[in-house]
Amino acid sequence: MEEILNLFQGFAVALQPFNIMVMILGIVLGVVIGVLPGLGGANGVAILLPLTFSMPPTSAIIMLSCIYWGALFGGAITSVLFNIPGEPWSVATTFDGYPMAQQGKAGEALTAAFTSSFVGAFFAVVMITLVAPLVASLALKFGPAEKFAVYFLAFCSFVGLSKEPPFKTIAAMMIGFALAAVGLDSVTGSLRLTFGFTELLNGFDFLIAVIGLFGIGEILLTMEEGLAFRGGKAKINLSVVIQTWKELPRYWMTSLRSCIIGCWMGITPAGATPASFMSYGIAKRMSRNGKNFGKGEIEGVIAPETAAHAAGTAALLPMLSLGVPGSPTAAVLLGGLLIWGLQPGPMLFVEQKDFVWGLIASMYLGNLVGLIVVLTCVPVFAAILRIPFSIIAPLILVLCAIGAYSVHNSTFDVAMMLVFGVIGYGLKKTGYPLAPLVLAIVLGDKAEEAFRQSLLGSQGSLGIFFSNGLVSTIMILGLIALFWSVIQEGYSRLRTRAATA
Amino acid sequence: MKRTVLHYTFGAAVAASLGGFATAASAAWEPTRPVEFIIPAGTGGGADQMARTIQGIVTKHSLMKQPMVVINKSGGAGGEGFLDVKSSANNPHKIIITLSNLFTTPLATGIPFNWKDLTPVAMLALDEFVLWVNAEKPYKTVKEYIAAVKAAPPGSIKMGGTGSKQEDQIITVAMEKATGTKFTYIPYKGGGEVAVQLVGNHVDSTVNNPIEAVAQWRGGKVRPLCVFDSKQMSYDEQVFEGKGWKDIPTCKSEGLDIEYLMLRGIFMSPKATKDQVDYYVELFKKVRETPEWKEFMKTGAFNTTFLVGPEYAKWVETEEKRHEALMKEADFLAKSN
Repeated sequence: MEEILNLFQGFAVALQPFNIMVMILGIVLGVVIGVLPGLGGANGVAILLPLTFSMPPTSAIIMLSCIYWGALFGGAITSVLFNIPGEPWSVATTFDGYPMAQQGKAGEALTAAFTSSFVGAFFAVVMITLVAPLVASLALKFGPAEKFAVYFLAFCSFVGLSKEPPFKTIAAMMIGFALAAVGLDSVTGSLRLTFGFTELLNGFDFLIAVIGLFGIGEILLTMEEGLAFRGGKAKINLSVVIQTWKELPRYWMTSLRSCIIGCWMGITPAGATPASFMSYGIAKRMSRNGKNFGKGEIEGVIAPETAAHAAGTAALLPMLSLGVPGSPTAAVLLGGLLIWGLQPGPMLFVEQKDFVWGLIASMYLGNLVGLIVVLTCVPVFAAILRIPFSIIAPLILVLCAIGAYSVHNSTFDVAMMLVFGVIGYGLKKTGYPLAPLVLAIVLGDKAEEAFRQSLLGSQGSLGIFFSNGLVSTIMILGLIALFWSVIQEGYSRLRTRAATA
Repeated sequence: MKRTVLHYTFGAAVAASLGGFATAASAAWEPTRPVEFIIPAGTGGGADQMARTIQGIVTKHSLMKQPMVVINKSGGAGGEGFLDVKSSANNPHKIIITLSNLFTTPLATGIPFNWKDLTPVAMLALDEFVLWVNAEKPYKTVKEYIAAVKAAPPGSIKMGGTGSKQEDQIITVAMEKATGTKFTYIPYKGGGEVAVQLVGNHVDSTVNNPIEAVAQWRGGKVRPLCVFDSKQMSYDEQVFEGKGWKDIPTCKSEGLDIEYLMLRGIFMSPKATKDQVDYYVELFKKVRETPEWKEFMKTGAFNTTFLVGPEYAKWVETEEKRHEALMKEADFLAKSN
């Protein structure tokens, strides 16, 4: 009950006119940041951090977290319209969002994406409100072995039911792992696979690979197919929002499942990107329309967006209660807290009640405001697709180049992006799936690090991955997910045998 | 009409004389475009926090006419950032904050970089290292802890730290040498993560900087055993159960003869002129005077030594030699060296 009382006090803080103004400003800035690929939420928050120094800490953190919400919303826009994920966690949104846009259903896809984002984030905030202290202690149980188990589960649940030939899936994934291995090996502290090129110190940044593989690759494909932009038929009035909303309640099960996956991944803290991939993979498996995934199925937009936002929101909880950021953006927010003299950690909830509950209240309101802002803009975004391809393609190219440059302020990365574009085009032409490759680049080095940290701790024994209830359960879930299609086949074969006998 | 013209002429004359006065008085160089402040480490770490605090102070107190832009270049254990500044000779609009990776990264990875490639500006502070254990464990002193490590099978006690072949691991190896024990060192990405792994009992001890572990100490989750400095820290505010930084004994007084402090200093691009270096030295002197900086020093229990010019260069040179010796002894040097 005390929590509820605190929350209402928080609402009183967040509802002050100045704070509401700050909230709207933050959302709009965030959407702009989210739309520009490469200029992710972390960079955006870092750039705008000094803006907030003149404000009281509560207003400042409200503004920064609203930029964060805005970026989460905005990331979906370019994914759906141009197949270019503005943020890592919107990669999975492109799988079905972009085909929908091509079929003239950009409005529906965007509405579904924004609404799911809101649902996911809302679910996570309710969870934070109710069980904050409990959840914080769960995060402490996660050592390297548990973290590896979570990554393992993400890989397995995404790959287990891939439609592509297994050989091509594995080949694409191995390329991804190889790319993820370039750069500094964080466990031994020496360089790997850089061949003396100092440009490769950083390894291959995931964002550059994604902008190239998806964005540039897509432009090359469209050019080959004769400069026709197939999304031109998009409806551009607000009624599309209402129509899509009527459809959405049908997918409540997918939403709920994605919310739970998202919250869990946000807290652990594995982050929004694995959450979106895992949720997409599981939805594909569980859904009756699973076969249509990848061809423009609205459920394929709902699942990753819901999970990404639930995770993005839940990631703020370990940051506040443990001082461990669950995402790069949360890390920059953490830096902001320290400048205002707020020390995140176990004592923050006790010593800075006003601040914590003001922030949580602003999460409720910020999400609501964000949803209204982006939904009213759906027709505008969808109308972008009516611009002829010959005009918009160079613009997209420039946008991609700026995005790639801004990741590390390096022109080498822009060249790298173009190379990835050609590779992406080649892979698409030869029927290799891009998703496993991207998944391996994003999570490959993290999974490797967790794996080796675990083995260091256990002095080389693999038993550490089955050493307690928590880690064993996650590992077994992963194995089930990996062999799901085999299990399913065996089960149905048993049933037919039983029926005939 | 005539009056207006007169007015303008007068104004111009005053402006000209003022301008002339300013150049004559200081002959100073000043940034003419935004200054890039490079962090050779990731977001959220100790160097990042300090650089962003400085950026906040400079902006809030309008200490610079041009904006200061903070950029993280953390690739290759910071090598990316160092090489970037090294290749920016004659660009006085680029400065970099350093930590011990100024020495350890080139030694461990063999990248073509040495601190002498850059122009030293100032030492802002030194960061302390403290030996921490989980508060649930029975060890109250270093002696008790080392005895427990000795009693356990070699390698079964886990030390968590930031990065590999960097300061945390150097201290761990020094502890092994000094006590004849064997730890299993587990590297993590950042100091905050290391502190939480200790709270979750996934490692047995850490050598976190004060700012990385202070929140967990205040929450009563971890316990400091000793500080790797020649004298006790000077901050006497209470942190937990009536104890403050001042009450942590030095490791040396507890029989563990190891001293290690980490540089938090500023360098700038190669071939900078004296005027340019002086400008930044003055800037950081002003930063040090602000209440925000003093508060930051107190929260992180920093050693506030400030050095510039030849003394600073000499300090860095001594430290470099020491790191080379320490790393050679631990067999951390890159094979090509």
